[in-house]
Amino acid sequence: MSTPARPESLARLDRLVAALIAKGIVTESDLVEAQARTDRASPEVGARMVARAWLDPDWRRLLLGNGAEAAEHMGVSMAGAPPLGVLEDTATLHHLVVCTLCSCYPRAVLGYPPSWYKSFEYRSRAVRDPRGVLAEWGTTLAAGCRVRVVDSTADYRWMVLPMRPAGTEGWSEDQLAALVTRDVLVGVALPRLPVALAAE
Amino acid sequence: MSEIDPQHAIHDIGGLSRFRCTPVERDEAPPDGFGKRVDALRQVLAAKKLMTVDELRRCIEAIPEPEYFALTYYERWLTSIGTLMVEKGIVKAEDIA
Repeated sequence: MSTPARPESLARLDRLVAALIAKGIVTESDLVEAQARTDRASPEVGARMVARAWLDPDWRRLLLGNGAEAAEHMGVSMAGAPPLGVLEDTATLHHLVVCTLCSCYPRAVLGYPPSWYKSFEYRSRAVRDPRGVLAEWGTTLAAGCRVRVVDSTADYRWMVLPMRPAGTEGWSEDQLAALVTRDVLVGVALPRLPVALAAE
Repeated sequence: MSEIDPQHAIHDIGGLSRFRCTPVERDEAPPDGFGKRVDALRQVLAAKKLMTVDELRRCIEAIPEPEYFALTYYERWLTSIGTLMVEKGIVKAEDIA
């Protein structure tokens, strides 16, 4: 459970907003609209970008070449957002994304970052002990698979293009997208078939 | 004495031993109403060209160490935004203290 903001912080926010409204700098509807827009962003956008890359080689090239342009093709406005890089996993290379300095995260295609992504523990340990962090998510890489940790920054954001799981031949884009969770897009998890399907 | 290497800025915690043995708390919660509103305020002020991400970062990173670690994530943002608005003369310190 996240620590709630202190009552004095809630009061400080109210005072700051009131002062800015009184000066005609912001309006209440500006704030409501900005919050609603951010609430609509979700990892489903990133998941669909990945699923499409598993199905369409041209899209895959676009995604790997210019993630922000690919996101625009998905109907996501990237105006004012930093470039989006997409990291291609292979059988011998796994990517993990962190922002050691703060919490830089491709919000336009993944939504709000979860609290753990912003935690001091994740930020400091992802670069020091990435396999230990992966183990906490139950993620074990195949023998011989290297880990490359990539630091998202204020100027460049990253997401992972994981490998398509075996056993998904003939699947639709919707079915494939459902395998791609937010954790997969950050690199702490791998796409997994539902247990019932994997057992067939 | 601080265990943080004095050559490191407060926010530069990649690889820091201080957290080496602490598991990542798997807190999946999205921001609460306070956090979302602070984030919305940042977006609106940025769209009006009154602040940038780099300025937000500079003022977060200037928070003294004890306060930096005591504040929640969006409390640090609020502190930074307030500092910036006063610094730019947009609001007065006494308006938001």
